[in-house]
Amino acid sequence: MADDLKELKIELSKNGIFTTTLEELYNWGRKNSVWPLTFGLACCAIEMIATTMARFDLARFGAEVFRPSPRQADLIIVSGTVTKKMAPQVVRLYNQMPEPKYVIAMGACAISGGPFRDGYNVLRGIDRYIPVDVHIPGCPPRPEALIHAFMTLQKKIDEQHLSGSDRPRHLHADQPSEFPVPEFGAHGLEPAQNMDVFLAENGNPLKVIQ
Amino acid sequence: MSPLPTPEDFKAQIEAGVPGSVVTVIPNGSPSAQHSLLVDNDHARAVALFLRDHPDLRLDYCSLVTGVDWLDSETTEKVKVKKLVDGPDGSQQETEVEETRKTKRPGYLEAVYHLFSMDKKHGPVILRLRAANRTDQTNIPSLTPVWRSAEFQEREAFDLYGIVFDGHPDLRRILMWDGFVDFPMRKDYVPPADDPLAEVHP
Repeated sequence: MADDLKELKIELSKNGIFTTTLEELYNWGRKNSVWPLTFGLACCAIEMIATTMARFDLARFGAEVFRPSPRQADLIIVSGTVTKKMAPQVVRLYNQMPEPKYVIAMGACAISGGPFRDGYNVLRGIDRYIPVDVHIPGCPPRPEALIHAFMTLQKKIDEQHLSGSDRPRHLHADQPSEFPVPEFGAHGLEPAQNMDVFLAENGNPLKVIQ
Repeated sequence: MSPLPTPEDFKAQIEAGVPGSVVTVIPNGSPSAQHSLLVDNDHARAVALFLRDHPDLRLDYCSLVTGVDWLDSETTEKVKVKKLVDGPDGSQQETEVEETRKTKRPGYLEAVYHLFSMDKKHGPVILRLRAANRTDQTNIPSLTPVWRSAEFQEREAFDLYGIVFDGHPDLRRILMWDGFVDFPMRKDYVPPADDPLAEVHP
């Protein structure tokens, strides 16, 4: 929104008139009701569970409803080590989620493989196959860190435009909403990464620039 | 708790109980002193049954099976040898000369079994079975028919080390998928170079 419109809006609200846009209203509704998928992989999942319980209370952010089906979920929190044997299932779960959908890669393992990076059985980061919105470092990250990631995601949702060339991926008809599921090969997963996802996009420093 | 025989007594007891079997005591020099018994492959099943069913031993519980990969190794030692050496005056003299001898030992795969007795409350007794080499003759007899608890662990040793257990009822990969061809716990295993980030952040 242009700056003069913002100023006008503030001026109007001082006089008791509330104005908004469809985009703001739509994003406000979406960001305060992000339903994650009931999905945990390793010790990070324990922290994720702790985040949802009374002490940290993720319900304050409208995300208390963990859906047991990917068809009803908006967010997949990849919480833990993704083994090569598990990776196809994670990608398949992501593919089964309806748009708009978001991914939080929680912890060192989900980002990069973490301490198991050099193992023969561990995927070196889920961002090789699916687009990740928020990466949280930590081993495991504390619930506060997950809440921070969640607030970052809310901010990201809030800033998405419904129209224009900078609208998000899911509003581009030609952009994929499903990504190829890797297959078990003779020496590892094939392909080892999906370059369409893994390449630099939006200046993400974690992505490879070719 | 009844005391177990010493490794040497074990060797004598097994070789007497199972005619033809060859048992080698492999000492463990560490403070744990868990010496192990290397059993020849032809009599391994009979030895296992003997250990399980012997009234004093009753090793009825196999708690652990694992594989060990021994690479080809070369040891050098200096030996003093007496040799005839031409002296300065042309006569031959016998003198002591130091020689370096290199011993090459081809690599092999081993399976290690830890046995306990629930009945007698003693253990562990450590059995080793040795395959001929680590390339084409990696077969050793399966002890799953003797101890059922070895089934999944022998599958794991097959999966990760490539030890083929003859007589195993269901020898398939257990951790890696069926189409996988490598044995990732072998010492010469190199994981696939699938990391484009390695060039950016070496």
